[in-house]
Amino acid sequence: MSDDHDHHDDNAAHELRVSKIQDGTVIDHVRGGQALNVLAILGIDGTEGEEVSVGMNVPSNRFARKDIVKVEGRELSQDEVDVLTLIAPDATINIVRDYEVVEKHRVERPGYVEGVLSCPNADCITTGGEPVTSRFEVLPDGVRCTYCETIVREEIAALIDTA
Amino acid sequence: MRHDHLITSKQLSRADIETVLDRAAEIDADPDAVADRHANALLGLLFFEPSTRTKMSFETAMKRLGGDVVDMGSVESSSVKKGETLADTVRVIEGYTDALVLRHPKQGAAAMASEFVDVPLLNAGDGAGHHPTQTLLDLYTIQENAGLDDLTIGIMGDLKYGRTVHSLAYALTNFDTRQHFISPESLQLPREVVYDLHQQGEDTQIREHDALEPVLSSLDVLYVTRIQRERFPDEEEYRKVAGEYQIDTETLEAASDDLTVMHPLPRVDEIAPEIDDTDYAAYFEQAHNAVPVRMALLDLFLCDHGTRTGTGETTATDDTANGNGGEADE
Ligand SMILES: [Zn+2]
Repeated sequence: MSDDHDHHDDNAAHELRVSKIQDGTVIDHVRGGQALNVLAILGIDGTEGEEVSVGMNVPSNRFARKDIVKVEGRELSQDEVDVLTLIAPDATINIVRDYEVVEKHRVERPGYVEGVLSCPNADCITTGGEPVTSRFEVLPDGVRCTYCETIVREEIAALIDTA
Repeated sequence: MRHDHLITSKQLSRADIETVLDRAAEIDADPDAVADRHANALLGLLFFEPSTRTKMSFETAMKRLGGDVVDMGSVESSSVKKGETLADTVRVIEGYTDALVLRHPKQGAAAMASEFVDVPLLNAGDGAGHHPTQTLLDLYTIQENAGLDDLTIGIMGDLKYGRTVHSLAYALTNFDTRQHFISPESLQLPREVVYDLHQQGEDTQIREHDALEPVLSSLDVLYVTRIQRERFPDEEEYRKVAGEYQIDTETLEAASDDLTVMHPLPRVDEIAPEIDDTDYAAYFEQAHNAVPVRMALLDLFLCDHGTRTGTGETTATDDTANGNGGEADE
């Protein structure tokens, strides 16, 4: 380890250092083990050459362990932030431009998420080629399609509309 | 209250329900008084799945208000067959009519369609979703026979797929009711519905049972629904299970003399014909109530929408529904 103290600051030495990004998004304070779901939500699987760093089960003050995700060259939209709250309710999102954090917001659970998830109910009108945007009410423990009223509590990440 | 459309019984407050039922009672008492009330008004009937009775009763109701209907006809012969979206269909037909009635096999169809139109849209069944006009005629029948407060009701049969049941149960949470749900385990109320019932009605008491016998004597109303063959893997299993939820005069020996038996019809063999001639039977009356209740709804929505002369009442309503998962069709 001696050969990689590129950073003088040794208070952070025992903390996993993922490289600083120039422009993009840092998603911090993701609950331990959820980082891959965060990437799934953002539709990032590495096939498009994005520069992504993931720290999993990193020691944290706020949680026993946290995950952290850094994505170079990608700023999250509000819609993406909204959906992220469903699986990472405590996350902090830092938008970075030219190595500086320009926006830092704590994620808040929205009342509804629109156009991001697709309804798992094959009999739902939103799944049938109609010109309608999906809409889910965010419940304390899940999401609910406002059209067919199906409640989903688990595997919400699987509903993310990647189309 | 005011509603632009009638999509689900969940949207109905107690005051909404009372407005509709009061209006239905007025119309029932003096139908001639409204015979020309909506002359020149046109109702569009959009039935994407067959439902003879619901459709006929809407048609009857509109004509008895002095109006007329235009009917999309069967799906096979329509532009839907050519792949037109529901959103397009309703946007076209609303230009011809003053109000729309929609039945569609997909859940949420009415909610979605209502986002595309300005005329009132009444949901006449959206798949396993809602059927609020059925609920209102059920409530009307309950009110006439047993009253809606301090009511103990048993709802029996297919509670899983029966949208009639779900809609009725939601609406009853507006009143002081004890609701007993009686079904085979495989056809219990969906957890979504139980969740909603608890959300909606703090005072509503909900109990689930697998047999009628323990609660029968306490009931003011027994609402029976059909258990469908296709819910079971084989004929034998179906016969065995369904047989436990059929009633005849012998079953009802343990019931209160004032019990009211209801059924959204059509029935198969859940209610023995021998019950038809007893004082328990209210299911034909229930079916007939479709007309005054749908007249009341059409009147309230058309008036509210300003297509006609007002009498001062301005109320509309909505609600939810009924229907048994696609097949039962009040
Ligand atoms: Zn849905």
